[in-house]
Amino acid sequence: MFKVIWISLFLAFSIYTAFVYIQCDAGTAASQPNNLDKSITTGRDIWQRHNCQSCHQLYGLGGYLGPELTNAASIKGTKYMSTIIKYGTGRMPNFHLTDNEVENLVQYLSWIDNSGNARVAKENVHWTGTYILNEGK
Amino acid sequence: MTISLKGFLSFALLLLLATLVFGVLSSSAFLYPVYFNKFLPFYLLRPLHVSAAVFWIITGATGCIIYYRKEVFEVKKDNVFIPLFKITWVVTILAVFIAYAGRLFGGKEYWEFPPILCIPLLVAWLFFMLSYFPAWKKHDNKMSAYSIMWSTGILFFLITFIEQNLWQIQWFRQSYLREITVQWKANGSMVGAWNQMIYGTFFFLMTRLSGDEMLARGKKVYFFYFLGLTNLMFNWGHHIYNVPTAGWIRHVAYAISMTEWLFLINIIQGFKSKLSERRKLNHFITYRFLITAEIWVFINLLLAIGMSIPAINRYTHGTHITVAHAMGATIGINTMILLGGIGYMIGIERLTARAKRILTITHYVAQVSLGIFWVSLVIAGMLKGYRSVAMNITDFQLMMKPVFQVLSVFAIAGIGLLAGLGIIVIIYLLVIWKGIQITTAESNKR
Repeated sequence: MFKVIWISLFLAFSIYTAFVYIQCDAGTAASQPNNLDKSITTGRDIWQRHNCQSCHQLYGLGGYLGPELTNAASIKGTKYMSTIIKYGTGRMPNFHLTDNEVENLVQYLSWIDNSGNARVAKENVHWTGTYILNEGK
Repeated sequence: MTISLKGFLSFALLLLLATLVFGVLSSSAFLYPVYFNKFLPFYLLRPLHVSAAVFWIITGATGCIIYYRKEVFEVKKDNVFIPLFKITWVVTILAVFIAYAGRLFGGKEYWEFPPILCIPLLVAWLFFMLSYFPAWKKHDNKMSAYSIMWSTGILFFLITFIEQNLWQIQWFRQSYLREITVQWKANGSMVGAWNQMIYGTFFFLMTRLSGDEMLARGKKVYFFYFLGLTNLMFNWGHHIYNVPTAGWIRHVAYAISMTEWLFLINIIQGFKSKLSERRKLNHFITYRFLITAEIWVFINLLLAIGMSIPAINRYTHGTHITVAHAMGATIGINTMILLGGIGYMIGIERLTARAKRILTITHYVAQVSLGIFWVSLVIAGMLKGYRSVAMNITDFQLMMKPVFQVLSVFAIAGIGLLAGLGIIVIIYLLVIWKGIQITTAESNKR
């Protein structure tokens, strides 16, 4: 009996995992190009290489020292972002990135901005306590 | 205990000490980044702290399993895979810290080191599995709750470790929603995996302290094992409730997370028997670590259930309430069980009365500090949630102003935690290497 339950659960987990991988973003309005622009992938590498996630969040996941950046591109604008990234602030160190690197990082954050809103509006909270999201922006 | 296991456990304890030191430095750098940015910036201290904590938990958990499996599965002699695991694991962790010192990053959250180092970690884990599973498979005692939990944790750590590295395959990164979903699916389940290993040790210790093997057997025990396994597999969605993925991911996670009420009800129901159990076993220092962990399970479960309701998660997500939950679990639960597990094997029950008294006092210092630490994080999180969601303050500095004030209390409590747990670590290291095992009639009740 123990084995049967365990194997059934493991099978359910495996099928669910495959489903999550393939279908997790299905039906979302976020437009995701199949082949990412080189500037986006380079920006992504810069994000990881400088460990930006230590201080900043994307979709509320990451560090707490600096602001949430999921929708920074549309809220603050790319010029504002470029300036902050280029020179740092009192709290944020200057990483001495080149103009090209700054541009790539902004491209990456703009791409994330296009994937959806990090904030859930009050209207999206269902009476059962869950969210009903009209996915994407 | 072999010299190599002594070394391995000492390495784990030093990781705990490093976690505490980097934690205190990180909280100072968080509050006063201007003074730290040049030499020890927060973006360096945080991964040092987090990686030390993660590696302490996993190294401590495997150390306990390596030692106790000998008794449980009657292993006479370690096979070659145990030293291979220990060497590969320790050397790779040292390489991780060297990479950080050179400010080499490149990984994802919790595993921020250059991803190439995940390969030797994976190889080390396979060595560990090759040493554990053959002994587990052929022994009669494989159906006790603790051995099942150890096995489950070891297997699922492998699965989730591979899964959290899938981002290195381009297909997983073509959509950011897919990338973040898979990453937090893996991270969420991985916590469940190491919890299985650690709770397995908890069950083992309880059977040995009470002398009642039935604590690790029976329908109720297996029911809660399967409930825990179900949560490990499917209850990770609360990390990404606000990510606009397909809705069913949220609904499944929400439904599964509500089964956690059963754990809570079970703890409350068992409260009375715990009181009489406490009267019988409280003289064991090991038991005090375990009962403290149970109290933190209760507190953290309340918080976790709250955070698992999307309507509440809307306010708590991305705030320090998440940190409170993580710290409560890693320090209050995992660290307490591991200190109990390591302490029992090195013989803290046979220490002199004076040494025991110091352990008791430092234990209480750590608990009081952790309590203040945890409450200030919850208050900081509530403030941030209220100011950002309810008041809709968009200016980050303005929104965080009162939060930073509360967090100075958290930073001070962190020093208390360093003092309390740090002294316990030093006592343990002294016991391991200097053998302070002065047996007295009173203390030799084990």
